[in-house]
Amino acid sequence: MAAGRQSGIGKFALRQAGKLALLLASACAVTFALISQSPIDPTQAYIGADLLRVGAEQREAIAAYWGLDDPPLQRFWAWMASLLQGDFGTSMIHRAPVSEVIVERFLSSFALMIAAWLLSGILGFAAGVAAAMRRETWLDRAIKWYCYALSSTPTFWAGLLLLIVFTVWLPIFPVGLGTPAGVPAGDVTWLDRARHMILPALTLSITGISNIALHTRAKLVDVLASDYVLFARAKGEEGFLLFRRHGLRNILLPAVTLQFASFSELFGGAVLVEQIFSYPGLGKATVEASTRGDVPLLLGIVLFSALFVFAGNLLAELIYRWVDPRIREGQSE
Amino acid sequence: MNLRTRTLIYAAVALVLLLLPAALSPMLGGDRLATHLAERNEPPSWTHPFGTDWLGRDMFARSMKGLALSLGVGLTAALASGLIAGALGLMAAALGKAADRFITWLIDLFLSVPHLVLLLLIAFVTGGGAKGVIIAVGLTHWPSLARLIRAELLQLKSSEFVLVSRHMGRSNWWIATRHLLPHLWPQFIVGTLLLFPHAILHEGAITFLGMGLSPHQPAIGIILSESMRYLSTGMWWLAFFPGLCLVVLVRSFDVLAGGVHALVDPSRSQE
Repeated sequence: MAAGRQSGIGKFALRQAGKLALLLASACAVTFALISQSPIDPTQAYIGADLLRVGAEQREAIAAYWGLDDPPLQRFWAWMASLLQGDFGTSMIHRAPVSEVIVERFLSSFALMIAAWLLSGILGFAAGVAAAMRRETWLDRAIKWYCYALSSTPTFWAGLLLLIVFTVWLPIFPVGLGTPAGVPAGDVTWLDRARHMILPALTLSITGISNIALHTRAKLVDVLASDYVLFARAKGEEGFLLFRRHGLRNILLPAVTLQFASFSELFGGAVLVEQIFSYPGLGKATVEASTRGDVPLLLGIVLFSALFVFAGNLLAELIYRWVDPRIREGQSE
Repeated sequence: MNLRTRTLIYAAVALVLLLLPAALSPMLGGDRLATHLAERNEPPSWTHPFGTDWLGRDMFARSMKGLALSLGVGLTAALASGLIAGALGLMAAALGKAADRFITWLIDLFLSVPHLVLLLLIAFVTGGGAKGVIIAVGLTHWPSLARLIRAELLQLKSSEFVLVSRHMGRSNWWIATRHLLPHLWPQFIVGTLLLFPHAILHEGAITFLGMGLSPHQPAIGIILSESMRYLSTGMWWLAFFPGLCLVVLVRSFDVLAGGVHALVDPSRSQE
């Protein structure tokens, strides 16, 4: 039995690693094909603002140095070879290795995303439970209305409204940036950072609530219509006790899985929110890279974000296998 | 009033709300969009229901123009995505194992990168501008609908009434037009309608981020990103009304799509 489970886990890990390798290779190939078909001239992009000071001969020298005249397939293999060695190239905006920029920016985004993710997960779950337990009452209707309205609300507009209310009308929170302006980096306390993070995190979580709330509500409504709940009700259980004994276990796992599977929207939301609040994270770097034409950084971010989404889906699957005895037993056979 | 009449009324109201900006925008050209430095930074009033901006331009006219533009981009992009989804879904289910594997791989690949990052990448690759925005939004909204159509078709193909029909000697064409299409058609229409809200929101998002349309074109995303510089001086109306209009537009599409779904889907129309 134990040996069987061991080999099951080994097989699972192997399969996931294969999936990841295939995904990253595909993503590399497709993005490379897209970029090389684009009307953007790489020499031009490299020269950037020094346009007038670079002559035709220098252009040729640059193209030869970077191998820009080689056939596409050869360039692709060269690029893949350096990627495999961990070399993502140099960001043109930041004048630093892409991997360094991504790691540094991601750490600051990560705090924001985790805060928003936890907040939206907990609030959304609670709202969904409340709506289902008080089905067809004003509370249910209010929560449903809120969820539908929020799913039509663009994240960036919600952010702007919060900005107006909490920094202009009621100046409680700082306007933007990750740290107070004019304070040396060493003197910034974690309290400052937290204060600068509240509004962006709040914006990011408000729009994330509706999905998990509606899903939880639907699941719990199904559970409450089941025979075992009918039986429990007949025994006199009701309210919170009924929910804790029969509802919670059945709806918690799908909700957690859904929340882990939402990493893609979380990343997209972070891009918008960081742009509104000038928060120095990976999302803002994505916008800068694409509007200012920093190809190496953009490619690095595309690959990194694919890895991020994959990690979310993998975690969801792992939790399922770890918690749900049916799947656990099924795999070890 | 039964559910059918109520749904029809809701859908009709939503349709009118959707067409309003397109109908209003030609009437609001010229003078209202020109700069009037004497009436700049005015809060909402009867002559300027949405207020005026820092150049004295009427925000109501700008919002309606922006909505008409968003609607146009959203329609084009959603139609393109709907067609791609339909074609790929059909091909995956009809052309055998290899094609199915390739298309499933393509769907998974498109879903593996955050949607907004994909939009930015494609808009960047196509060189930005209105063209870049339309291509980016049109090329990225098909995967979920394609997956739905593929699954639906595979299920239909192995369903009993299709198998019986085949054994009775019906041709593929007869089965496709009499058995498969009637089931697929509503799914496709509703699925495409449901793409519009996403397409419009994403169009707003990438123009807001500064990808694409030039600052002279009053797209909603551009109006909102411009307004950010003036919010700290208390000019809330610059961001509030255009954004609210966008929410109403998107919500109307949702209501319309829900109404159409309830009317064309036989299993739901009796509720």
